[in-house]
Amino acid sequence: MEHIISLTLENKFGSLSRVAGLFSGRGFNIESLSVAPTLDPSVSMMTIVTNGDDRIIEQIMKQLNKVIDVIKVVDISENEFVERETALIKVHTRAEDRAEALRIADIFRANVLDSSPTSYTIEVTGDVRKVQAIIHLLQPLGIKELVRTGRIAIGREPTRPVQAQLRPLAKAN
Amino acid sequence: MQLTGAEIFLESLKREGVDTLFALPGGVVLKIFDVLHQQKDIRVILTRHEQGAGHMAEGYAKATGKAGVALITSGPGMTNVITALADAYMDSVPVVCFAGQVPTPLIGNDAFQEADNVGLSRPCTKYNFLVKDVNDLAQTIKEAFYIATTGRPGPVLVDIPKDVSLDKGEFHYPKSVSIRGYNPTYDGSKWKIKQAADAIMKSKRPILYIGGGVQFSGASAEVRELAEMTHIPVDMTLMALGAFPGDHPLSLGMLGMHGTYAANMAMHYSDLVIAVGARFDDRVTGKVSEFCPTAKVIHIDIDPTSIRKNVHVDIPIVGDCKRVLIELNNILRATVNGNKKEQRKPWWDQLSAWQQEHPLAYTQEPEAQIKPQYLIDRLYELTADRDPILSTDVGQHQMWAAQYFKLKNPKTFLTSGGLGTMGFGFPAAMGAQAAFPNRLVLCIAGDGSIQMNTQELATAVIEKLPVKVFIINNRFHGMVRQWQDLFYEGRYASSYLGHVPDFVKLAEAYGAAGVRIDKVGEVDAGIQEALSIDRTVFIDVPVYQYENCYPMIPAGGSNHEMLLEDPSDLKKPKSTHKTAVQSDSDTVLTA
Ligand SMILES: Cc1ncc(C[n+]2csc(CCOP(=O)(O)OP(=O)(O)O)c2C)c(N)n1
Ligand SMILES: [Mg+2]
Repeated sequence: MEHIISLTLENKFGSLSRVAGLFSGRGFNIESLSVAPTLDPSVSMMTIVTNGDDRIIEQIMKQLNKVIDVIKVVDISENEFVERETALIKVHTRAEDRAEALRIADIFRANVLDSSPTSYTIEVTGDVRKVQAIIHLLQPLGIKELVRTGRIAIGREPTRPVQAQLRPLAKAN
Repeated sequence: MQLTGAEIFLESLKREGVDTLFALPGGVVLKIFDVLHQQKDIRVILTRHEQGAGHMAEGYAKATGKAGVALITSGPGMTNVITALADAYMDSVPVVCFAGQVPTPLIGNDAFQEADNVGLSRPCTKYNFLVKDVNDLAQTIKEAFYIATTGRPGPVLVDIPKDVSLDKGEFHYPKSVSIRGYNPTYDGSKWKIKQAADAIMKSKRPILYIGGGVQFSGASAEVRELAEMTHIPVDMTLMALGAFPGDHPLSLGMLGMHGTYAANMAMHYSDLVIAVGARFDDRVTGKVSEFCPTAKVIHIDIDPTSIRKNVHVDIPIVGDCKRVLIELNNILRATVNGNKKEQRKPWWDQLSAWQQEHPLAYTQEPEAQIKPQYLIDRLYELTADRDPILSTDVGQHQMWAAQYFKLKNPKTFLTSGGLGTMGFGFPAAMGAQAAFPNRLVLCIAGDGSIQMNTQELATAVIEKLPVKVFIINNRFHGMVRQWQDLFYEGRYASSYLGHVPDFVKLAEAYGAAGVRIDKVGEVDAGIQEALSIDRTVFIDVPVYQYENCYPMIPAGGSNHEMLLEDPSDLKKPKSTHKTAVQSDSDTVLTA
């Protein structure tokens, strides 16, 4: 099963390779990995998407905890969470395809970042299904280049008590 | 106080109580060696190879429980020490290794003798550091020792670029360390310990399965109290030998691939396995799906990753073995009333039956060639009253040593378990001897293994380390040959060593003493003679070449399916009356 693991780790030389080396050395899967500093510049946040049965995930969690540069490990996918990924897609467009490309971008609320006579560069952000779907639709037109950030995720706050919910909710996306 | 990096290195080591350094110099560490040369607090033992330095540090650490320390140079110095670091990592040995590095401005330039020390050692150390600023050096050294010796111990590498050893910085040695991502759990969960106590009280066929964790945690007395109080039999892993007395009536000896029949049968038929500081290695579990089919498992270990890694665990207890056992014993002491011995009688009847059915056995005919087991058995008997430290190499001789040399005290058995590193024995013995100059330190070596580190004879002689190295000389990579006998129809591909050097002359060439024992009748006298020599001694013992080590659980087999002797269709020369000293008189089967 797929799991999204969120790591807080020391933002220093070599930390990333310790985590990556752990996955390769022990034969664990990495589907995607993204990392960047947090508000505290001495700490990075890493999101790893991996998969395995319960026994493997338990090992992955324990092994990550054992890495000295890792400060905290959370299996985000154990509870409610939101996830996002951004993809930049450079689509090849023949004259007759240009309108179709824009239509697809529009449906997915994607932005066109760059345009040339024979291509569009489209930016899309969403959960993994959305990103997969737009890629799938653009593919017949011809994708020249594709760059993805890898998935990031964050746990949802616990649902608010009933009373609070009665207040008008801010318009969520 | 402003000091150079090299001086800070020295002062920091002194603060850590380091008394011995196993070292080999090179260009980038000369400043450090220069400082070491001008002091008397730390003994610097110059080894002949960095692998030797690493294993000596391991031997020192295993025998003392303190961190063993090595100092080596960049590039080839580093690559040479890797085997020892990997060995220490597998066996949880606290070693701090300092490596020289090219000056910081040159790092990454493929400078002369540059290697990516941190990258090379990452998968085989518990942690590693590159010190980029002399002002970080003291703090780093403090953290290195702290990490190496706490939690589940292991090797730590500190990479020191040349300019850092020359630069001046303020020396201030930190009193304590705190690392936010490193907080080992020492106290086990009280609730789980209570569950464990209940399970022990209910169990009809319990077995204690103890591992190397008992050695490092210093939990021997607690294990003994637990076993005696509840009358539970004790199985030991290779790494645990000595942590519980091998001659104790509750000891079933070693378990696993070459463990005793009773030890393995007890695991297989037990209803409660109490694992303490052991990690269910594949050499112990055999076929995992058939491991302990009827048992509940309690697993006490300081490393959470060891728990449920290989086998299912019913009561996991993360914590230091000693502390957990103290707690467990306290509960049991209050509950065990009446005679556990009486209650356990049916189980012990079964265990004794197994012990009698297939005890460890060999035959030694008085006129035939020496059997390896006989030599080890005699060495054990003749040194039993001297509480020796024993190291081994890797192979058949190692397994026979584990079977027949019944160590009584913790931290007396030094062997390479997890990595199985040939060449470990001799330098490890030297490291232990350096720590304990007045104790009897023995090494049981293989004729193959010893040749991986004989250069350290020079070190042993110069540093006056009077270890006694018994070379079980079968002119074979015996363990390899045994597998070929059993699984490759006796085709001895590259297991016959052919010409082995004259180990007596080799020792003498280095200024050590050499003794040869090649007749059964001379074994006792030969051992006594070797022990009476106050110098490094190589004892060459030509033995019967085709002896195989049993019991044996073939790789992937289940624990109750042991081979107990050579299969009847195995063709091999019988032990002859000739004493084959040199290889030209060997009869080698070429099937
Ligand atoms: C460094 C290393 N290389 C290879 C091996 C594989 N191996 C395991 S036992 C063995 C033979 C050991 O021969 P020897 O030291 O003579 O011991 P014996 O089995 O004959 O007692 C070999 C080659 C190893 N364990 N370590
Ligand atoms: Mg041999």
